[in-house]
Amino acid sequence: MAYDKFTILRSSAVPMPNENVDTDQIIPARFLKATERKGFGDNLFRDWRYNNDNTPKADFVLNNPTYSGKILVGGKNFGSGSSREHAAWAIYDYGFRCVVSSFFADIFRNNSINVGILPVQVSPEFLETIFAAIEADPTTELEINLPAQTITLLATGDSESFAINEYKKHNLINGYDDIDYLLSMKTEIEAFAETRPF
Amino acid sequence: MSTPKTLFDKVWDAHVIRQVKDGPDVLFIDRHFIHEVTSPVAFLGLEGRGAPVLFSERTFATADHNTPTLNQHLPVADPLSANQLDALERNAAKYGISHWGLGHIKNGIVHVVGPENGITLPGMTIVCGDSHTSTHGAFGAIAFGIGTSEVEMVLATQCIMQPKPKKMRITVNGKTGKGVLPKDVILYIISQTSASGATGYFVEYAGEVFENMTMEGRMTVCNMTIEMGARGGMIAPDQTTLDYLKGRELSPKGEQWDKLVPYWQTLKTDEGATFDLDLTFDAANIEPQITYGTNPGLGTGVTHQIPTAESVKDGSASYKKSLQYMGFAENESMIGKPVDFVFLGSCTNGRIEDFRAFASIVKGRHKADNITAWLVPGSHVVEKQIQEEGILDILTQAGFELRQPGCSACLAMNEDKIPAGKYAVSTSNRNFEGRQGPGARTLLASPLVAAAAAVTGVVTDPRILIDNE
Repeated sequence: MAYDKFTILRSSAVPMPNENVDTDQIIPARFLKATERKGFGDNLFRDWRYNNDNTPKADFVLNNPTYSGKILVGGKNFGSGSSREHAAWAIYDYGFRCVVSSFFADIFRNNSINVGILPVQVSPEFLETIFAAIEADPTTELEINLPAQTITLLATGDSESFAINEYKKHNLINGYDDIDYLLSMKTEIEAFAETRPF
Repeated sequence: MSTPKTLFDKVWDAHVIRQVKDGPDVLFIDRHFIHEVTSPVAFLGLEGRGAPVLFSERTFATADHNTPTLNQHLPVADPLSANQLDALERNAAKYGISHWGLGHIKNGIVHVVGPENGITLPGMTIVCGDSHTSTHGAFGAIAFGIGTSEVEMVLATQCIMQPKPKKMRITVNGKTGKGVLPKDVILYIISQTSASGATGYFVEYAGEVFENMTMEGRMTVCNMTIEMGARGGMIAPDQTTLDYLKGRELSPKGEQWDKLVPYWQTLKTDEGATFDLDLTFDAANIEPQITYGTNPGLGTGVTHQIPTAESVKDGSASYKKSLQYMGFAENESMIGKPVDFVFLGSCTNGRIEDFRAFASIVKGRHKADNITAWLVPGSHVVEKQIQEEGILDILTQAGFELRQPGCSACLAMNEDKIPAGKYAVSTSNRNFEGRQGPGARTLLASPLVAAAAAVTGVVTDPRILIDNE
């Protein structure tokens, strides 16, 4: 399915400074049993967010009303482990449209773009600046400008540019996806398949 | 003279249909594996587009993630799991895809049954909606995990769009010592590179240690390459590879085989080819390994102490949180740590060699009373070999039972969940928080270390038990 268009996002952000947040934490395997892409946001960070009796854990950031917004800011190596796209679905379904980190696991980065979440990789120093800014003022806003490829702390004007390849950027801005592109070259693919030895 | 190329370049370049300007390569996919968990939404997407499956003969379906490992002849009790298994069967039938569902003689873990049946071949591109697809790189294939959107993409177009990753070579020279298995080699490498040290790279393994490894061992190594962040790992095909493949049910036969062998022999890194990163390790430094933290990079030699926060690459806060979850402290010795569960199985260590290794330790000994052991073969073929080789008798005499094939406690999607707070020595691939069940504490290790824990009830150096034989 083609995703939402993404151009400029201004929002406060939810901080999660833990490093190596793996996709088993984002959504544990026991919640992967659905056959439709529905309701995964309810189980986002399930075991960090809820006690065994399903009561919310007060000290977890998603249960803290101080923090909200469409941007999730994570520690280094965000999204490692399992390839489950359910992790990206859960983040999207919860309401996030952008994840910021100093380092993303490869498969998670692809999955995010494929479901319409923009992964923004910043320098370790800028990540610390963002965490500090949110700690000082939880309502502080970030601006993610995809056409300009910049991320800015609106209160101070601190800004950094981020990388994304032109093809993916074009897709996100216009709401296209890879399958649309590939279906348009079907004849070429069929001809190539003929040349394969196995 | 042409430019020297790496093994990875040769296979990748042979599959590029188009290079998108300032974008990814369009890569043709030779083989696609699907399972019940990451495929249903892809089929829904396909229906939504009204697109057919382009080459149904290039996709193979097996049920593994969500299957019970006891009483597989009975209806699946969990309605959600049953629904997923039904969806896979329905979708496979609808689109004419080969399906080895629960109860099928060829059923088993996707990364065990693919190679076992000769579906995986050198020089192929192989994808599956599972990160441990890297396993198939053992055959000199480019194999990696993908998300569900990409599963849909491959079903619809037999291609995916990927930027070409950077290349890393990891060489391990010398000979491994007593009691050191391929699992120890890869756990050691990950402990040296960290859980994110190879992100953005595709790894080629080289050197004497891998040349001397069996295909089962190479699969274990390539399988866990993803645990250092790399997309995949591969090993150049050689005589060991060809001997393994020859005669397997779906391996090429006769003239087709004869034609492919000379091509496969070209699949190695040319002299002078360069890598973005070259790492070299000495096999003599590798002892049986065990993890103590909550990512696979947090491992050490089984006789070592848990490192201090200052000496690890992870940030101090994350490291301390990790030890706290495990109930461990810095500077503690791993030997003698209490163990409650032992899990032998998974796409990492669910093959016949792993059961042979486990049996070599438990033979003539008995399961410790405090241990609950789950021994789960990777496939029915492995299960049959265990029986035929007399391994089942050894296990039974030592007080162990064999379960039925599946992913089982590796990801604890079915009933095989380690209870909260309990310690499990597991031959699987991930020790993340809650991976083996909410609150479960996982110590990753080889089948020998698992067996040593199973008969002594605590973390034990398996070399002591080998000595006693």
